[in-house]
Amino acid sequence: MEQTVTTANLDATVAALGDAVNDVRVFRDEVTLITTKGRVVEVLTHLRDAQHFDMLTDETCVDYLPKEPRFAILYQLYSTSRNIRVRVKVMLSEYDRSIPTAAGVWIAANWLEREIYDLFGINFENHPDLRRIMMPPGWEGHPLLKENPVKVEEVAFTFNRERVEADKPRAQE
Amino acid sequence: MGLEQKLGNMGVVTMSAEKAINWARTNAIWPMLFGLACCAIEMMSTQASNYDLSRFGMELMRASPRQSDLMIVAGRVSRKMAPVLRNLYDQMPEPKWVIAMGDCASCGGVFNNYAVIQGVDEIVPVDVYVAGCPPRPEALIDGILKLQDKIKKEPLTKWQ
Repeated sequence: MEQTVTTANLDATVAALGDAVNDVRVFRDEVTLITTKGRVVEVLTHLRDAQHFDMLTDETCVDYLPKEPRFAILYQLYSTSRNIRVRVKVMLSEYDRSIPTAAGVWIAANWLEREIYDLFGINFENHPDLRRIMMPPGWEGHPLLKENPVKVEEVAFTFNRERVEADKPRAQE
Repeated sequence: MGLEQKLGNMGVVTMSAEKAINWARTNAIWPMLFGLACCAIEMMSTQASNYDLSRFGMELMRASPRQSDLMIVAGRVSRKMAPVLRNLYDQMPEPKWVIAMGDCASCGGVFNNYAVIQGVDEIVPVDVYVAGCPPRPEALIDGILKLQDKIKKEPLTKWQ
Protein backbone atom coordinates (compact mmCIF):
# COMPACT_ATOMS: atom_id res chain seq x y z
CA MET A 1 0.00 0.00 0.00
CA GLU A 2 1.56 3.21 -1.19
CA GLN A 3 1.54 6.15 1.17
CA THR A 4 3.33 9.46 1.08
CA VAL A 5 5.00 11.46 3.79
CA THR A 6 2.61 13.79 5.53
CA THR A 7 3.60 16.85 7.48
CA ALA A 8 2.50 15.14 10.70
CA ASN A 9 5.09 12.38 10.64
CA LEU A 10 7.72 14.69 9.15
CA ASP A 11 7.56 17.30 11.90
CA ALA A 12 10.34 15.58 13.83
CA THR A 13 12.55 15.58 10.73
CA VAL A 14 12.00 19.25 10.07
CA ALA A 15 12.63 20.07 13.73
CA ALA A 16 15.86 18.05 13.73
CA LEU A 17 17.08 19.81 10.62
CA GLY A 18 16.31 23.20 12.15
CA ASP A 19 17.07 26.18 9.91
CA ALA A 20 18.60 23.93 7.22
CA VAL A 21 15.08 23.57 5.82
CA ASN A 22 13.68 26.92 4.72
CA ASP A 23 10.19 25.80 3.80
CA VAL A 24 7.98 22.72 3.69
CA ARG A 25 5.40 22.52 0.94
CA VAL A 26 2.63 19.95 0.77
CA PHE A 27 0.67 19.45 -2.44
CA ARG A 28 -1.68 16.46 -2.81
CA ASP A 29 0.13 14.62 -0.01
CA GLU A 30 3.50 15.12 -1.68
CA VAL A 31 6.01 16.79 0.62
CA THR A 32 8.77 19.04 -0.66
CA LEU A 33 11.55 20.28 1.59
CA ILE A 34 13.12 23.52 0.33
CA THR A 35 16.73 23.98 1.31
CA THR A 36 19.80 25.91 0.20
CA LYS A 37 22.82 24.70 -1.71
CA GLY A 38 25.11 25.31 1.25
CA ARG A 39 23.25 22.83 3.45
CA VAL A 40 21.81 20.37 0.96
CA VAL A 41 24.37 17.62 1.65
CA GLU A 42 23.68 17.94 5.38
CA VAL A 43 19.92 17.61 4.78
CA LEU A 44 20.32 14.63 2.43
CA THR A 45 22.68 12.84 4.82
CA HIS A 46 20.23 13.35 7.69
CA LEU A 47 17.33 12.01 5.60
CA ARG A 48 19.37 8.96 4.62
CA ASP A 49 20.74 8.10 8.08
CA ALA A 50 18.11 9.29 10.57
CA GLN A 51 14.98 8.96 8.42
CA HIS A 52 15.95 5.82 6.44
CA PHE A 53 15.53 7.33 2.99
CA ASP A 54 17.92 4.77 1.57
CA MET A 55 17.07 5.21 -2.12
CA LEU A 56 17.58 8.13 -4.48
CA THR A 57 14.98 7.39 -7.15
CA ASP A 58 15.79 10.45 -9.23
CA GLU A 59 17.76 13.62 -9.29
CA THR A 60 16.84 16.18 -11.89
CA CYS A 61 16.85 19.85 -12.82
CA VAL A 62 14.25 22.40 -13.95
CA ASP A 63 15.02 25.55 -15.94
CA TYR A 64 12.58 28.32 -14.91
CA LEU A 65 13.84 30.93 -17.39
CA PRO A 66 13.24 33.95 -17.16
CA LYS A 67 12.69 33.70 -13.39
CA GLU A 68 15.48 34.28 -10.91
CA PRO A 69 16.64 32.05 -9.20
CA ARG A 70 16.54 30.24 -12.49
CA PHE A 71 17.29 26.57 -11.78
CA ALA A 72 15.83 24.04 -9.36
CA ILE A 73 17.68 20.85 -8.45
CA LEU A 74 15.30 18.16 -7.24
CA TYR A 75 16.07 15.01 -5.27
CA GLN A 76 13.34 12.35 -5.18
CA LEU A 77 13.90 10.12 -2.17
CA TYR A 78 12.29 6.83 -1.22
CA SER A 79 12.49 4.82 1.96
CA THR A 80 12.24 1.10 1.28
CA SER A 81 11.75 0.26 4.96
CA ARG A 82 9.04 2.88 5.61
CA ASN A 83 7.53 2.91 2.09
CA ILE A 84 7.35 6.71 1.96
CA ARG A 85 8.64 9.35 -0.39
CA VAL A 86 9.92 12.90 -0.02
CA ARG A 87 11.29 15.53 -2.38
CA VAL A 88 14.16 17.93 -1.64
CA LYS A 89 14.41 21.09 -3.72
CA VAL A 90 17.27 23.58 -4.06
CA MET A 91 16.98 26.79 -6.08
CA LEU A 92 20.07 27.91 -8.00
CA SER A 93 20.89 31.32 -9.43
CA GLU A 94 21.56 31.82 -13.13
CA TYR A 95 24.88 33.44 -12.20
CA ASP A 96 26.11 30.64 -9.91
CA ARG A 97 25.38 27.31 -11.58
CA SER A 98 27.07 25.04 -9.08
CA ILE A 99 26.00 22.83 -6.18
CA PRO A 100 27.82 20.32 -3.96
CA THR A 101 27.57 16.76 -5.23
CA ALA A 102 25.32 14.14 -3.64
CA ALA A 103 27.41 11.29 -5.03
CA GLY A 104 28.94 10.85 -1.59
CA VAL A 105 25.49 10.32 -0.04
CA TRP A 106 23.97 7.99 -2.65
CA ILE A 107 26.21 6.43 -5.27
CA ALA A 108 23.24 6.56 -7.67
CA ALA A 109 23.70 10.33 -7.84
CA ASN A 110 26.88 9.92 -9.85
CA TRP A 111 25.29 9.30 -13.26
CA LEU A 112 22.20 11.40 -12.51
CA GLU A 113 24.44 14.40 -11.85
CA ARG A 114 26.43 13.68 -14.99
CA GLU A 115 23.14 13.83 -16.90
CA ILE A 116 22.21 17.17 -15.33
CA TYR A 117 25.68 18.52 -16.08
CA ASP A 118 25.39 17.31 -19.68
CA LEU A 119 21.93 18.69 -20.41
CA PHE A 120 21.76 21.79 -18.15
CA GLY A 121 25.40 22.73 -17.52
CA ILE A 122 25.12 22.67 -13.74
CA ASN A 123 28.55 22.20 -12.14
CA PHE A 124 28.63 19.64 -9.31
CA GLU A 125 31.44 20.46 -6.90
CA ASN A 126 33.70 17.53 -5.93
CA HIS A 127 31.92 15.15 -8.29
CA PRO A 128 34.16 12.09 -8.88
CA ASP A 129 33.68 11.91 -12.66
CA LEU A 130 31.92 14.96 -14.10
CA ARG A 131 31.76 14.49 -17.89
CA ARG A 132 29.05 14.13 -20.52
CA ILE A 133 26.90 11.00 -20.42
CA MET A 134 24.18 11.49 -23.09
CA MET A 135 25.59 13.78 -25.77
CA PRO A 136 28.75 13.01 -27.78
CA PRO A 137 31.98 14.12 -26.03
CA GLY A 138 32.62 16.99 -28.45
CA TRP A 139 29.15 18.52 -28.09
CA GLU A 140 28.97 22.28 -27.58
CA GLY A 141 26.42 23.73 -25.19
CA HIS A 142 23.80 22.14 -22.98
CA PRO A 143 20.72 21.21 -25.04
CA LEU A 144 17.95 21.37 -22.42
CA LEU A 145 18.57 25.00 -21.44
CA LYS A 146 15.56 27.13 -22.34
CA GLU A 147 17.56 29.54 -24.50
CA ASN A 148 17.99 26.77 -27.08
CA PRO A 149 15.40 26.61 -29.88
CA VAL A 150 12.90 23.74 -29.64
CA LYS A 151 13.31 22.79 -33.30
CA VAL A 152 16.62 22.46 -35.11
CA GLU A 153 15.25 22.46 -38.65
CA GLU A 154 12.66 24.82 -40.09
CA VAL A 155 9.53 22.95 -41.14
CA ALA A 156 9.19 23.04 -44.94
CA PHE A 157 5.96 24.38 -46.46
CA THR A 158 5.31 25.35 -50.08
CA PHE A 159 6.37 28.97 -49.49
CA ASN A 160 9.77 28.15 -47.94
CA ARG A 161 10.55 24.70 -49.33
CA GLU A 162 13.30 25.85 -51.71
CA ARG A 163 15.15 27.74 -48.99
CA VAL A 164 14.91 24.88 -46.48
CA GLU A 165 16.11 22.37 -49.09
CA ALA A 166 19.01 24.63 -50.06
CA ASP A 167 20.17 24.98 -46.44
CA LYS A 168 20.10 21.24 -45.77
CA PRO A 169 23.50 19.51 -45.55
CA ARG A 170 23.97 16.59 -47.96
CA ALA A 171 26.31 13.61 -47.77
CA GLN A 172 28.99 12.92 -50.34
CA GLU A 173 29.66 9.47 -51.78
CA MET B 1 9.30 -15.68 -72.45
CA GLY B 2 12.88 -14.95 -71.80
CA LEU B 3 16.32 -16.32 -71.45
CA GLU B 4 15.41 -19.80 -70.29
CA GLN B 5 13.20 -20.57 -73.30
CA LYS B 6 15.84 -19.48 -75.77
CA LEU B 7 18.67 -21.27 -73.99
CA GLY B 8 17.53 -24.74 -75.02
CA ASN B 9 17.58 -24.05 -78.73
CA MET B 10 20.36 -21.57 -79.12
CA GLY B 11 22.98 -22.61 -76.59
CA VAL B 12 24.54 -19.17 -76.67
CA VAL B 13 22.95 -15.83 -75.74
CA THR B 14 24.62 -12.52 -76.34
CA MET B 15 23.93 -9.52 -74.12
CA SER B 16 25.88 -6.58 -72.81
CA ALA B 17 28.12 -7.16 -69.80
CA GLU B 18 26.42 -4.24 -68.08
CA LYS B 19 23.03 -5.92 -68.34
CA ALA B 20 24.34 -9.28 -67.12
CA ILE B 21 26.20 -7.78 -64.17
CA ASN B 22 23.30 -5.59 -63.14
CA TRP B 23 20.98 -8.59 -63.37
CA ALA B 24 23.27 -10.52 -61.03
CA ARG B 25 23.56 -7.62 -58.61
CA THR B 26 19.83 -7.00 -58.60
CA ASN B 27 18.79 -10.45 -57.53
CA ALA B 28 21.35 -11.14 -54.84
CA ILE B 29 21.42 -8.07 -52.64
CA TRP B 30 22.64 -8.87 -49.15
CA PRO B 31 21.31 -6.32 -46.68
CA MET B 32 23.15 -5.49 -43.50
CA LEU B 33 21.69 -6.64 -40.18
CA PHE B 34 21.30 -3.15 -38.80
CA GLY B 35 18.20 -1.97 -36.92
CA LEU B 36 18.02 1.28 -34.99
CA ALA B 37 14.45 1.63 -33.70
CA CYS B 38 10.86 0.48 -34.20
CA CYS B 39 11.30 0.32 -38.00
CA ALA B 40 13.63 -2.62 -37.37
CA ILE B 41 10.65 -4.60 -36.09
CA GLU B 42 8.90 -4.08 -39.44
CA MET B 43 12.15 -5.00 -41.20
CA MET B 44 12.24 -8.26 -39.25
CA SER B 45 8.66 -9.10 -40.15
CA THR B 46 9.51 -8.32 -43.78
CA GLN B 47 12.10 -11.09 -43.64
CA ALA B 48 9.87 -13.46 -41.72
CA SER B 49 7.62 -16.06 -43.33
CA ASN B 50 4.49 -13.91 -43.81
CA TYR B 51 6.15 -11.44 -46.18
CA ASP B 52 9.24 -13.50 -47.03
CA LEU B 53 11.85 -11.15 -48.42
CA SER B 54 13.78 -14.13 -49.78
CA ARG B 55 11.40 -14.17 -52.76
CA PHE B 56 13.49 -11.29 -54.07
CA GLY B 57 16.88 -12.90 -53.41
CA MET B 58 17.47 -10.92 -50.24
CA GLU B 59 17.03 -13.40 -47.45
CA LEU B 60 20.63 -13.25 -46.29
CA MET B 61 21.04 -10.52 -43.68
CA ARG B 62 24.74 -10.16 -43.00
CA ALA B 63 25.95 -9.17 -39.55
CA SER B 64 29.10 -7.66 -41.01
CA PRO B 65 29.30 -4.58 -43.26
CA ARG B 66 32.16 -6.26 -45.15
CA GLN B 67 29.73 -8.79 -46.60
CA SER B 68 26.74 -6.56 -47.37
CA ASP B 69 25.67 -4.48 -50.37
CA LEU B 70 22.63 -2.75 -48.90
CA MET B 71 22.21 -0.72 -45.74
CA ILE B 72 18.59 -0.39 -44.62
CA VAL B 73 18.60 2.50 -42.15
CA ALA B 74 15.66 1.37 -40.06
CA GLY B 75 14.91 4.06 -37.50
CA ARG B 76 16.01 7.46 -36.22
CA VAL B 77 19.72 8.19 -36.17
CA SER B 78 20.92 10.14 -33.16
CA ARG B 79 23.85 12.51 -33.47
CA LYS B 80 25.87 10.14 -31.32
CA MET B 81 25.07 7.24 -33.66
CA ALA B 82 25.83 9.20 -36.84
CA PRO B 83 29.62 8.61 -36.91
CA VAL B 84 29.02 4.90 -36.29
CA LEU B 85 26.57 4.72 -39.19
CA ARG B 86 28.95 6.53 -41.52
CA ASN B 87 31.76 4.22 -40.40
CA LEU B 88 29.65 1.14 -41.21
CA TYR B 89 28.79 2.62 -44.61
CA ASP B 90 32.46 3.25 -45.35
CA GLN B 91 33.29 -0.35 -44.39
CA MET B 92 30.84 -1.79 -46.93
CA PRO B 93 32.49 -2.88 -50.21
CA GLU B 94 31.25 -1.29 -53.42
CA PRO B 95 28.80 -1.52 -55.06
CA LYS B 96 26.60 -0.45 -52.16
CA TRP B 97 23.16 1.09 -51.74
CA VAL B 98 21.20 2.71 -48.94
CA ILE B 99 17.49 2.63 -48.19
CA ALA B 100 16.19 5.22 -45.71
CA MET B 101 13.34 3.30 -44.09
CA GLY B 102 10.64 5.35 -42.41
CA ASP B 103 10.05 9.05 -41.77
CA CYS B 104 12.80 9.43 -39.17
CA ALA B 105 15.55 8.12 -41.42
CA SER B 106 14.18 10.09 -44.38
CA CYS B 107 13.72 13.52 -42.82
CA GLY B 108 13.85 13.34 -39.04
CA GLY B 109 10.15 12.55 -38.73
CA VAL B 110 8.56 13.72 -35.50
CA PHE B 111 11.97 14.18 -33.88
CA ASN B 112 12.74 17.72 -35.00
CA ASN B 113 15.21 18.28 -32.16
CA TYR B 114 18.86 18.58 -31.23
CA ALA B 115 19.52 14.87 -30.73
CA VAL B 116 18.38 13.37 -34.05
CA ILE B 117 19.83 13.70 -37.57
CA GLN B 118 17.26 15.41 -39.81
CA GLY B 119 17.37 12.77 -42.52
CA VAL B 120 20.10 10.20 -42.89
CA ASP B 121 21.00 11.76 -46.27
CA GLU B 122 23.02 14.28 -44.29
CA ILE B 123 25.65 11.59 -43.63
CA VAL B 124 25.24 8.85 -46.29
CA PRO B 125 23.92 9.05 -49.89
CA VAL B 126 20.42 7.55 -49.98
CA ASP B 127 19.02 5.68 -53.00
CA VAL B 128 15.42 5.02 -51.93
CA TYR B 129 13.27 6.71 -49.29
CA VAL B 130 10.42 4.67 -47.82
CA ALA B 131 7.69 6.73 -46.16
CA GLY B 132 5.67 5.56 -43.16
CA CYS B 133 5.86 5.58 -39.42
CA PRO B 134 6.83 2.79 -39.39
CA PRO B 135 6.35 1.58 -43.01
CA ARG B 136 4.45 -1.66 -43.38
CA PRO B 137 6.43 -4.62 -44.75
CA GLU B 138 4.70 -4.11 -48.13
CA ALA B 139 6.08 -0.57 -48.25
CA LEU B 140 9.60 -1.78 -47.53
CA ILE B 141 9.29 -4.49 -50.20
CA ASP B 142 8.06 -1.82 -52.61
CA GLY B 143 11.10 0.29 -51.77
CA ILE B 144 13.39 -2.67 -52.37
CA LEU B 145 11.74 -3.35 -55.76
CA LYS B 146 12.24 0.32 -56.62
CA LEU B 147 15.90 -0.09 -55.73
CA GLN B 148 16.13 -3.18 -57.94
CA ASP B 149 14.69 -1.19 -60.85
CA LYS B 150 17.28 1.48 -60.16
CA ILE B 151 20.16 -1.01 -60.07
CA LYS B 152 19.08 -2.48 -63.42
CA LYS B 153 19.48 0.94 -65.05
CA GLU B 154 22.80 1.79 -63.44
CA PRO B 155 25.77 2.35 -65.76
CA LEU B 156 28.65 -0.01 -65.11
CA THR B 157 30.99 2.97 -64.86
CA LYS B 158 29.30 4.17 -61.68
CA TRP B 159 31.28 1.80 -59.42
CA GLN B 160 34.91 2.16 -60.31
